[in-house]
Amino acid sequence: MTKNRNNQRKHTILLSGLAVGMLGFAFALVPLYAIFCEVTGINGKTYAQEIDDTPAVLQVSEREVTIQFLGQVGRGMPWEFRPMDTQLKVRLGEINLTSYYARNRATQAVTGQAVPSVSPFYASNYLHKIECFCFTQQLLEAGEEQQMSLRFYIDEDLPEEIKTLTLSYALFEVPELEVASLTLTNNLQ
Amino acid sequence: MAVTADHNIPNRSPLMAFLSRWLLTTNHKEIGTLYMWLSFVLFFIGGAMAMVIRMELFQPGIQFAEPLLYNQMVTLHGLIMVFGVVMPGFVGLANWQLPMMIGAPDMALPRLNNFSFWILPFAFTLLISTLFMEGGAPNFGWTFYAPLSTTYGPPSTDVFIFGVHLMGISSVLGAINIIVTIFNLRVKGMTLMKMPLFVWTWLITAFLLVMVMPVLAGAVTMVLTDRHFGTSFFAAAGGGDPLLFQHVFWFFGHPEVYILILPGFGIASQIIPTFARKKLFGYHSMVYATASIAILSFVVWGHHMFTTGMPLTAELFVMYATMLIAVPTGVKVFNWVATMWRGSITFETPMLFALGFVILFTIGGFSGLMLALVPADFQYHDTFFVVAHFHYVLYPGAIFGIMSAVYYWLPKWTGNMYDERLGKIHFWTAIIGVNMTFFPMHFLGLAGMPRRIVDYSLQFADFNMVASFGAGMLGLTQVLFLYIVIKTIRGGKKATGRVWEGAEGLEWTLASPAPLHTFETPPKFPTPEEDYPRD
Repeated sequence: MTKNRNNQRKHTILLSGLAVGMLGFAFALVPLYAIFCEVTGINGKTYAQEIDDTPAVLQVSEREVTIQFLGQVGRGMPWEFRPMDTQLKVRLGEINLTSYYARNRATQAVTGQAVPSVSPFYASNYLHKIECFCFTQQLLEAGEEQQMSLRFYIDEDLPEEIKTLTLSYALFEVPELEVASLTLTNNLQ
Repeated sequence: MAVTADHNIPNRSPLMAFLSRWLLTTNHKEIGTLYMWLSFVLFFIGGAMAMVIRMELFQPGIQFAEPLLYNQMVTLHGLIMVFGVVMPGFVGLANWQLPMMIGAPDMALPRLNNFSFWILPFAFTLLISTLFMEGGAPNFGWTFYAPLSTTYGPPSTDVFIFGVHLMGISSVLGAINIIVTIFNLRVKGMTLMKMPLFVWTWLITAFLLVMVMPVLAGAVTMVLTDRHFGTSFFAAAGGGDPLLFQHVFWFFGHPEVYILILPGFGIASQIIPTFARKKLFGYHSMVYATASIAILSFVVWGHHMFTTGMPLTAELFVMYATMLIAVPTGVKVFNWVATMWRGSITFETPMLFALGFVILFTIGGFSGLMLALVPADFQYHDTFFVVAHFHYVLYPGAIFGIMSAVYYWLPKWTGNMYDERLGKIHFWTAIIGVNMTFFPMHFLGLAGMPRRIVDYSLQFADFNMVASFGAGMLGLTQVLFLYIVIKTIRGGKKATGRVWEGAEGLEWTLASPAPLHTFETPPKFPTPEEDYPRD
């Protein structure tokens, strides 16, 4: 009977461990999902690339594609936000510069974060951004306006069938946590 | 009730005695009864919400329920039926039956058993109380997709999250208890491959519960921190992704739908051999089929997300994996049919419900195959076709499974036979009601009626009216079911120990009603050549 008791205890502990492990797995899904999307380019996510990664000399190809730019603001985001060029014809491997216009229409400072998305999604791994306002959060004072620049090139390995790609930015107000914690620190001081 | 004598402590008011008996009980039969009654009560509450939905959809336009109320009804109906009716119903059956079927005196962890039950009334009181809160109850559907539940959720979402946490704790503890019981308390000679199939299916279900309920807990926790603690798991603004929610949710959600059906498979595998008076055909293949369904359930969650822009390769993989599940499921259906082949079948109420289960669950399985096809799913997604599909697998599947189990084992529990004539009336009204309610929804969905919307365009009016009439019939006949159960508890023809002529298994070697404490000395498990001892 003691052997049975010990077995019961062992099984209970093992199963509780399994349950706790699965709770951990649920949270592990978050980074796993991000890595999976980054590797495969699913969801049209494009990721920040360090300038060092860019080859010193780029092969500029003859092939031309059209790249379209879109900009939207999230719910409650009080900014005006639009691309300066809605459409560019670019050659593969050529470094291009364009910019987005942003103006804070609110009466207080607002921090924004732009989230890029490329369509068709499998083109996202071929669009390389060297410099982008989406790499960092942008702070605009009340009424302040700004031209935010974007420097990019398109990989020459871009699949043949893609003639047009679309780069879309959704601009969100940064959740108040950081702003709140800053205020708190200031008050404490 | 002589069996309760040892629980009555003198010099206590009857109320205190009653409360301490039911609040503090660690007896698997009493806890089983508590689970069954909780499930029954919530069945009527969730059913009343379904009536509000069907009343509203009786005609086009907005009659009874404003859109906000309608959405709350849809959400709570789903949550209550899944977490409050089917799961506690099956756990109640497991509590009553598992120890008796494996020759054990009780569950392995009786106090934990009491704890896992008594969490549930609080969890559902919390959930239902959200109806009376400012901003109303959760209104985003039982799947609580972000951002509907994060950015746009009403304040009561936090109460809902806490309720789901409690339910999750209860299910995980209950499942651990069941696994430990099955692994350690089987009678000598009952090897794993000699266990009754209801025990097998519950063992596998319990493993699914231990593995996926924590993932649900993780999902609601992330929703909570996104709502209040500034994290951005599902908010694009902070670098998160709303689509991630669907991946986490359906990683839980797909195994969950098998949690809702596998014990039903076990019940059918107990009842059909009894009334066909033959041994179950293909016992081993039944066990392997159940296990492979459970394993496959972990890799097919993507079929809920075909229209979210998944890459083609993932869609193809998920499509084939989903269709593969039809193979073990088909094995089970053919085994049930082969069990009945050349049997001397009688059609008592439990058998009728089991047959209704097999036939109508198969229809639900077929519409599931249609939904598994990626191109077809693009048309069916979020239409009433999906509603028809999952109600066919859940109502005549899970719920009929529980009902047939109740009719089958009620004489063992109460010592009285139920009223066979009323039972048959209940069955026929239920099966006509089920088909009248849910079959037209197939046509509505194929014609393009979206789900979860309070109003619809005129061309859907006729089928909706038929469905609403069917729902009324289906709802009313459950009142008859309640009457039958109460009548059986109060009296009726005395049941024998074996109850059914063709019944096999340790639970039938006990007297009816089963004494409060059974198998305190382990019974003898018969070798294949022997019969079970008869009273």
